[in-house]
Amino acid sequence: MRAGEELPPLEIPITRTLIVAGAIASRDYQDVHHDAESARQKGSPDIFMNILTTNGLVGRYITDHFGPAAVLRKVAIRLGAPNYPGDTMVLTGTVEGVDGDTATVRVVGANGIGSHVTGTVTVTVPGGAR
Amino acid sequence: MDDELGARLKVYEGRAATLTGTGRDPVNLPMIRHWCEAMGDTNPAYTGPDAIAPPTMLQAWTMGGLAGHEGRAAAHDEMFALLDEAGCTSIVATDCEQQYLRPLRPGDEVTFDTVIESVSGRKTTKLGTGYFITTRTDIRVGPERVGTHRFRVLKYAPATTPSKRPQRPSRPRPVVNRDNAGFWEGVARHRLLIQRCTSCAALRFPWLPGCNNCGGPDWDTVEASGEGTVYSYVVMHHPPFPAFDPPYAVALVELAEGVRMISDVVGVPYDKVRIGMPVRLEFRSYDEELVLPVFRAREEAAV
Repeated sequence: MRAGEELPPLEIPITRTLIVAGAIASRDYQDVHHDAESARQKGSPDIFMNILTTNGLVGRYITDHFGPAAVLRKVAIRLGAPNYPGDTMVLTGTVEGVDGDTATVRVVGANGIGSHVTGTVTVTVPGGAR
Repeated sequence: MDDELGARLKVYEGRAATLTGTGRDPVNLPMIRHWCEAMGDTNPAYTGPDAIAPPTMLQAWTMGGLAGHEGRAAAHDEMFALLDEAGCTSIVATDCEQQYLRPLRPGDEVTFDTVIESVSGRKTTKLGTGYFITTRTDIRVGPERVGTHRFRVLKYAPATTPSKRPQRPSRPRPVVNRDNAGFWEGVARHRLLIQRCTSCAALRFPWLPGCNNCGGPDWDTVEASGEGTVYSYVVMHHPPFPAFDPPYAVALVELAEGVRMISDVVGVPYDKVRIGMPVRLEFRSYDEELVLPVFRAREEAAV
């Protein structure tokens, strides 16, 4: 774990199932995350992923890489281009800084229409300062 | 443009949005498993006897779900009502910032307080124009703070018109019943029929079950010649009804036979319709089903 280290990318197919399952698992029943007709009436071309699913996927991306002992301290994300069904999001990450066994990782999730998510994750990896 | 709504929203900064909300369920393995399945997260830390909840589930434990939120303070509802009234009916989350102080484990019962941290001025984005609202939620288990969740939403009026907006609404259909069915059958055959009492020969229009002169129930019909004059008219400016483009004239036409009917005057601008203007009947198709008698201003009436 060192500054500048790049994490291998993680490709996530954005399916309708993922969008709906993620919304319900996060207990978010806003209709734009499960009802395409309502989403269109609100000016969106289709349903789109809710922020809590994006947040969960970013967390997963980090712990997948650093292992089950990694402890998330902070996840801060900002959304841009929505994740619509049929798209693919590619998460990439770069370790920005390391302080002892704690790293800050810059994460970007790009989809077919732009940058879906940008964010910073602070993670402690016991014995990570190898 | 001054931002009067923005000023009204500003006063909610610092006010509580939720006071001591309680998680609907204690932290539990089934919800953790559903989350992990949805996210495709196979981290072993989230299963087994020492399982912790995925830290990013922090907000999920505070969500009201389909049943809605309990314990929301008036400030939150008031502020959202103001935005809804102003047309900012759509909402999208833009930022989520979570800090995890200690892992949550099955059995933990969370409580939380949410404060409205800031409200932006009016902003125009690709989605539409609205206001960014940032809230901060402190999540506790007992007296211990276990995490903080800062959330920013854009509450906005959509910029794009709904893509599935139906085409221009069609004109209202006539209400056809057994007393007036003969009239509409005539119209369908491009004939304007006037009822005539078989007792006293009085003509009547619109169609009625009895004679308004002698009360006689029996009738036959005469076909209107189609000649008439504008007896009176109004110009509709407001309110706009679907399928009608104001301003337009609505005329009371006196037929040559002496009865009067309400109809359109066509072939002349709304502001050129005049009392006494000679008009002639014609039938106009508005869509596949609807034919209506209208009156065309006669040539010699053109001003």
